[in-house]
Amino acid sequence: MSRAPKKREEHFGDRLFLWILRGVAVAVLLLLAAIAIEVFDVASPAFRKFGAGFLLSNNWDPVNEEFGALAFIYGTVVSSLIALCIAVPISVGAALFLTEIALEGLSKPVSFLIEMLAAIPSVIYGLWGIFVLAPWMRTTLQPWLGEHLGFIPLFSGPGYGVGMLTAGIILAIMITPTISAICREVFNAVPQIQREAALALGATRWEMIRTAVLKSSGLGIFGAVILGLGRALGETMAVTMVIGNRPEISSSLFAPAHTMASVIANEYAEAAGDMHLSALAAVGFSLFVVSFLINFIARLLLFRPVSGRS
Amino acid sequence: MKLKNDQLSGRDIRRKLFNGWMLAVLFMATLVTVLPLFNIFVYVLKQGIPALNLDFFTQLPAPVGETGGGMANAMLGSLTLVFLAAALGVPVGIAAGVFLSEYKESKLAHPLRFGVDLLTSIPSIIVGIFAYALVVRPIGHFSAYAGALALAIIIIPIVARTTEEILRLVPVHIREAGLALGIPRWRVILVVVLKGTRAGVITGVMLAVARAAGETAPLIFTALNNKFWARSLDQPIASLPVTLYNYAISPYEDWHRQAWAAALVLMVFVLVLNLVTRLTIGRVAKGRKRD
Repeated sequence: MSRAPKKREEHFGDRLFLWILRGVAVAVLLLLAAIAIEVFDVASPAFRKFGAGFLLSNNWDPVNEEFGALAFIYGTVVSSLIALCIAVPISVGAALFLTEIALEGLSKPVSFLIEMLAAIPSVIYGLWGIFVLAPWMRTTLQPWLGEHLGFIPLFSGPGYGVGMLTAGIILAIMITPTISAICREVFNAVPQIQREAALALGATRWEMIRTAVLKSSGLGIFGAVILGLGRALGETMAVTMVIGNRPEISSSLFAPAHTMASVIANEYAEAAGDMHLSALAAVGFSLFVVSFLINFIARLLLFRPVSGRS
Repeated sequence: MKLKNDQLSGRDIRRKLFNGWMLAVLFMATLVTVLPLFNIFVYVLKQGIPALNLDFFTQLPAPVGETGGGMANAMLGSLTLVFLAAALGVPVGIAAGVFLSEYKESKLAHPLRFGVDLLTSIPSIIVGIFAYALVVRPIGHFSAYAGALALAIIIIPIVARTTEEILRLVPVHIREAGLALGIPRWRVILVVVLKGTRAGVITGVMLAVARAAGETAPLIFTALNNKFWARSLDQPIASLPVTLYNYAISPYEDWHRQAWAAALVLMVFVLVLNLVTRLTIGRVAKGRKRD
């Protein structure tokens, strides 16, 4: 390398490059802000008309232009709760198995399979939900639950296959890869010494897992769960296809329902009038805010236990 | 050497049994996790393969309620949308990823990383509302442009993240060597760092493309759908996921059959891309570590 660097030229090249990249960075941040602003803009007529009552009223009536989003908030909360109840024990269990028990020859392909689960598009889950899961719910699971646990209001009423419970189950399947992958990272971050110490003290395998791995991973697992919740909140297509699309609050898990995401998917394209559209966008903005908060909390929780990378 | 208290006490036996039981439970949990994947896979194959025929790939949809027809327009539409979205989103994503990896010291780096993480977590239907507000509202009708914008927004954070991760794997001394030789920083980044990690960055792009190809929610009210070929990009355009959705929720048996075929095509596309990606990234990461 004998050519003397032309100082000004190369400084210029470096400066230009940096400024272009900086421009892109600013553009991305502006994009984020723009999304929040624009969605709020479409939503503001509804917020102005209904105020805080929008989130508290259960009256969703496009015909009479009365809009209250409570049914959707209820649907989102309950379906996500069901999903978490099912997915968390299973994901944590699978993550433990893969990090603590399985040999590398087994854990690698299985982890890979679980990642493939995460890559399947939501519509395909929905398709499977409509034609495989829902009929199975209708013919097998719901009658069984009704027969044995029907005295609990949760499992009362006829089961049509589609409904809150089915949506919760499909959500559980979809968030398991997320929770499990993060749990695996959390567990792998536990120093090997702790495991060896427990074993040296005479613990059985499970006792070692319980004391050396699980106990110190509490925060990380919680973060994984919150992240899974964030994913569940935003899930749209699969939920829309199996939840029955009825904006109602019911005590039974067999009943059809709606979530914040599914009502938008269902009604937006054919919204009857500007206020209807605005109300849907208002539901969307609320979902955006909630989702943002949940993911923010998750990142905070995960930043410490898993050294740096979340 | 046999010690005096070598007999297993009752409590020890209980602990051992419980241990065995818990290990079995963990194994079952893993099985339950993977089971749905196989079930979905089997059904998509079982229902989709018989439904695939030449018509599916070459014909337009038949009139509502009639059997026959295909999804040629949906497939072309998906390709169009994804191509447009990638043209917009991939350069932005790569630039953001390069910035995050090479200019970590900048004051913008931390907010940008936070912003990218945030973008990843926005529900895709909200992205759809944004694209609707920005493109559909002012123009007055649905269009491929709006759909492409929504998909681009989904692509950007994925590409940014994977690009940053891949570039991070390049050891610092490679950059230092380039700078020590008098190569300007921008050249070091573009020629030395990016050239060597090209494979990794491309596979990151493929991951994002696979994801965008499968997205439905952001398209239902931006690009909408189209029973025919889209005559121009500022008109609604058909896409595979949206057509799949419309067919699946319809009451027509033949449409259900075609929905499974669409699911098969979509799933094969997405899974193959993901497989190639994972295998290549694995090899790139391993190769780097050996240096």
